[in-house]
Amino acid sequence: MSTEYDNSVAHTPIEHRFNPYSDNGGTILGIAGKDFVVLAGDTRHTTDYSINSRYEPKVFHIGDNLLISANGFSADGTALVKRVQNSLKWYHFDNNDKTMTVKTMARNVQHLLYGKRFFPYYVHTILGGLDSEGRGAIYSFDPVGSYEREQCRAGGAAASLIMPFLDNQVNFKNQYQPDSNGKVKRPIESLSLEETIKLVRDAFTSATERHIHVGDGLEILIATKDGVKTEFYELKRD
Amino acid sequence: MNHDPFSWGRPSDETYGTYNNTIASASPFPKMNTQQPIITGTSVISMKYNNGVIIAADNLGAYGSLLRFNDVERLIPVGKRTIVGVSGDVSDMQHIEQILSDLEIENNYDNSYADDEETLKPSYIFEYLSTLMYQRRSKMNPLWNAIIVAGVEDDKPFLKYVNLLGVTYSSPTLATGFGAHLAIPLLRRVIDREEDIESTNLELAEKTILESMKVLYYRDAHSSRKFSLAIIDKEQGLVFKKGLQVENMSWKFAKDIKGYGTQKV
Repeated sequence: MSTEYDNSVAHTPIEHRFNPYSDNGGTILGIAGKDFVVLAGDTRHTTDYSINSRYEPKVFHIGDNLLISANGFSADGTALVKRVQNSLKWYHFDNNDKTMTVKTMARNVQHLLYGKRFFPYYVHTILGGLDSEGRGAIYSFDPVGSYEREQCRAGGAAASLIMPFLDNQVNFKNQYQPDSNGKVKRPIESLSLEETIKLVRDAFTSATERHIHVGDGLEILIATKDGVKTEFYELKRD
Repeated sequence: MNHDPFSWGRPSDETYGTYNNTIASASPFPKMNTQQPIITGTSVISMKYNNGVIIAADNLGAYGSLLRFNDVERLIPVGKRTIVGVSGDVSDMQHIEQILSDLEIENNYDNSYADDEETLKPSYIFEYLSTLMYQRRSKMNPLWNAIIVAGVEDDKPFLKYVNLLGVTYSSPTLATGFGAHLAIPLLRRVIDREEDIESTNLELAEKTILESMKVLYYRDAHSSRKFSLAIIDKEQGLVFKKGLQVENMSWKFAKDIKGYGTQKV
């Protein structure tokens, strides 16, 4: 073992370590509205330059109007979603079928992720639902469980392409009132569902153009007080 | 004091002598797990068609570049409606074979109904295998395989993939290893999207698989001429064809290939 403090030659066997992770591409996006929330993801599944499947859904409605997706290393993603589903089932069993709030589930997801702090789930997780006032809520997590509530968040392969677009179009960053000479910021107003779907579709068609691991299909889950709807749109397959 | 962080928290050798490995019967070596496959099987290829699924794999067990064993069966039937196709390490495959046979025996023993009411369905076998593969990778001791589970469930074709990392996915056409690069484009020429399954019959599917096995034998150095093919049809049930051979080989097409073969010159 040689470190910056020690350059002696040690006689430890050379270990070839098995790499337990891979990157399965794909991208996800969540936007919260006044009385709705959308969580969308493309349906392409890849390893390296191969397209494994053109339709492998990764956004799930797990019950109680909660939407979740864990993007990155897909084996960890499915394992995490399964544990979330299981923990929701136990919550119902233990608490007389009480509906779980999105805030509660967010804290629960943090614990599931942090529990594997030293062998992390290699995923970017986004949770969506309606808060106690009926407003849309998005919670986003890093691989080890740090989380915060946000208006919108993109995750996965094309997150860096989509996120600045969202900053500008959802939170009106760098937008100013006309005739104010760049002095007065455009006030934030929440988007309608129609506008939100348009934004999501634009974000994914553009990400498909510029990122090779994004494409094939777009699945959007929309949660309102009346339940969850699913929409599907084709994306370029090249 | 030794300022190297690597030595922090350890009893110093000067005071206590070097660490005695015989304490707690510790091995002088790090724990050793599978870090590479030894005897390997190459691609498994498969596709859905209107009445079921079709899956094929050759009979070679290679020791590196040595074509060591010529009679390895890599398609494992489980129950009456499932085939598990395995590529990668052959000893790990045989371990999986053992587990699956135990699973089947246990299930038959517990099954109190007639007419296969509680027999293992393809999705059950897949769930079991994918859980096993993910557990083993999480213990950093993987089963070095890529597996395709093919079958018919509730009169619908079932096809799903899992590998040594526990990564799973499903598609109308699936292939492991070299086949994912060579055979998948050929299979997708026939079934490009979900809707194309309905318009593909057994005859076309079998022809496509046979053609793909031929291309794999042409181009994959670690493949053999002899192969097995299994069909799980919702009417005919399981049809297992063993000892097949790649036929009608000809390199006549080669003279027409220009460049990468994609452009028309």
